Amino acid sequence: MPLNVAVIGSGNIGSDLMFKIFRNKNLKMIALVGIDPKSDGLARARKHDVAAIDTGIEGLLARKDLMDQIDLIFDATSAKAHEHNAPLIKAAGKFAVDLTPAAVGPYIIPPLNLKEHLEGDVTNVNMVTCGGQATIPIVGAISRVQPVAYGEIVATIASKSAGPGTRANIDEFTETTAKAIETVGGAKRGKAIIILNPAEPPLIMRDTVNVMTETAPDQAAITKSVQQMVADVQTYVPGYKLKSGPVFDGNRVTVFLEVTGAAHYLPAYAGNLDIMTAAAVRVAQEVYERRNALVGAK
Amino acid sequence: MPKVRITDVSLRDGSHPVFHQFTVDQIVRIAGALDAAGVPVIEVTHGDGLAGSSIQYGFSKTDDLELIEAAAATVKRAKLAVLLLPGIGTIHDLKEAQKRGAKMARIATHCTEADISAQHIAAGKELGMEVVGFLMMSHLIEPAELVVQAKLMESYGADVVYVVDSAGAQTMDMVHDRVTALRAALDAKTHVGFHAHNNLGLGVGNAVTAVKAGADNIDGACRGLGAGAGNAATEAIVAVFNKMGWETGIDLYGVMDVAEDIIGGEIGITPIVNRSALVLGYAGVYSSFLRHAENASKRFGVPTAKILEMVGQRKAVGGQEDIIVECAIELANAQGGKPAPELAAV
Repeated sequence: MPLNVAVIGSGNIGSDLMFKIFRNKNLKMIALVGIDPKSDGLARARKHDVAAIDTGIEGLLARKDLMDQIDLIFDATSAKAHEHNAPLIKAAGKFAVDLTPAAVGPYIIPPLNLKEHLEGDVTNVNMVTCGGQATIPIVGAISRVQPVAYGEIVATIASKSAGPGTRANIDEFTETTAKAIETVGGAKRGKAIIILNPAEPPLIMRDTVNVMTETAPDQAAITKSVQQMVADVQTYVPGYKLKSGPVFDGNRVTVFLEVTGAAHYLPAYAGNLDIMTAAAVRVAQEVYERRNALVGAK
Repeated sequence: MPKVRITDVSLRDGSHPVFHQFTVDQIVRIAGALDAAGVPVIEVTHGDGLAGSSIQYGFSKTDDLELIEAAAATVKRAKLAVLLLPGIGTIHDLKEAQKRGAKMARIATHCTEADISAQHIAAGKELGMEVVGFLMMSHLIEPAELVVQAKLMESYGADVVYVVDSAGAQTMDMVHDRVTALRAALDAKTHVGFHAHNNLGLGVGNAVTAVKAGADNIDGACRGLGAGAGNAATEAIVAVFNKMGWETGIDLYGVMDVAEDIIGGEIGITPIVNRSALVLGYAGVYSSFLRHAENASKRFGVPTAKILEMVGQRKAVGGQEDIIVECAIELANAQGGKPAPELAAV
């Protein structure tokens, strides 16, 4: 039996999520929730016979017929909206996957700490930031080889792929990503930089990861670990690519990455948005597998 | 007689050519001498703004906040400014700088991305600071498009909006058209500024053009100490403006001494229009890429000018210093020769 899901937020991210959910045979899209009856996202949901609710989370909660089916809710709204939504989702007994910077629940970078958190009784997880999803796996790949004193990432994204939410609160990106480089990536100190580039045609998301290891880097082990990690991320983000590196200079290790989107709904250059929705769907897939394993055990 | 306010950026843009290695002693002596010479605004920050200290841009020898505090304790008349690039520095960093004595916040974005500065400009105003909106790489868009972005910054609360020629790529006509357009479109209360780089040898000339077109805030650096071929030299600006009959309130001989004795003499750097700097201006590449490209050239054995050209072709914007190493690696690999030893493991 598939995992039944709903998406709150009918903008670009919510729409891309919906199309990724359609492509996953273990997930079933029950409802898309927005606040604008005329939104393109809700129109698309109706076209695909998905319940389209234009009265926000309250509207969804009022639909007992839908709520009875739903297991998991993706929140692709804003930090402020998620702070309002999170307790309501929890009270309704549903699992929340939060794509906003609200960070009500723990940060999740799927190849690093997905299983750890889902084994506990966590019911709300946060997807960090796009730059975090792209780069923290690499910080983790190095810190699992040897201690990392400092991790610094630079995410360059096409201007067109940065929505109004990101633009209005860009500090949330730098601060949240830096924190997750430390708590999930395992660096003692983290720093994040984001750059918007308006070039036409829009450039594909590129990320640079720089870390300082505490002692001389074990080049062979780090290279192998990074390549393995890239392969792990590629299982859910096929457009994730190691462009160059790791390059070594003293204790400094540099890795260059590129993320091409799957273009399910958003254009291919928006790898930054794709990696967020893909990572969120990866979490739902894990919730599905876990539930089935439990059912099987019974 | 028009009055022009000069902001000296030797201790911020000049941080690039010294690889962000300014010491408290240098800051105190240079800021002290600039203040004594009557320079009204002095900018002190890492070259890439608050929190710029990083692997990406180079680590500061001394923490920005410590330098700002030292400068604030030194100056008697001058207003202390800091630069902040949203995406690198945060409002938290601005608050810390303000606590240490910064009175002006210069918020810089790429010329098409003004909307990422709304929060930072508002925060600067809330902190009681004068706020400058700094539109970088402004050669890339047409004057009418630049006006749209300038008006955004004005709407967020900017007191001054700058046309910033980050790549030193603007001819005098380009400066004239951009400054004229901003002056005509912005509220009369909003000031217009211009920041030159001398990559085409037009630094001081462009500053003159900007004032003629309506700018009343001009950036300079003593001996031009800044990225690429440097900024317009403060001492030359003062000399020329004196001859034009424009009031700056600055003692020419005072700033000449800073330029000659401290920067040219002790620090020993005089930016010039050499081949690499000219490539920046000609191809329209962000000036602070120069030193990073020179380093990458040595490290990977490929010419600086070739790296800068490739970076220009990839339409890199300010802050994308990481693309320099990436381009150098690609050029090294394409040379067909043996890769740099450190790449052998890949």
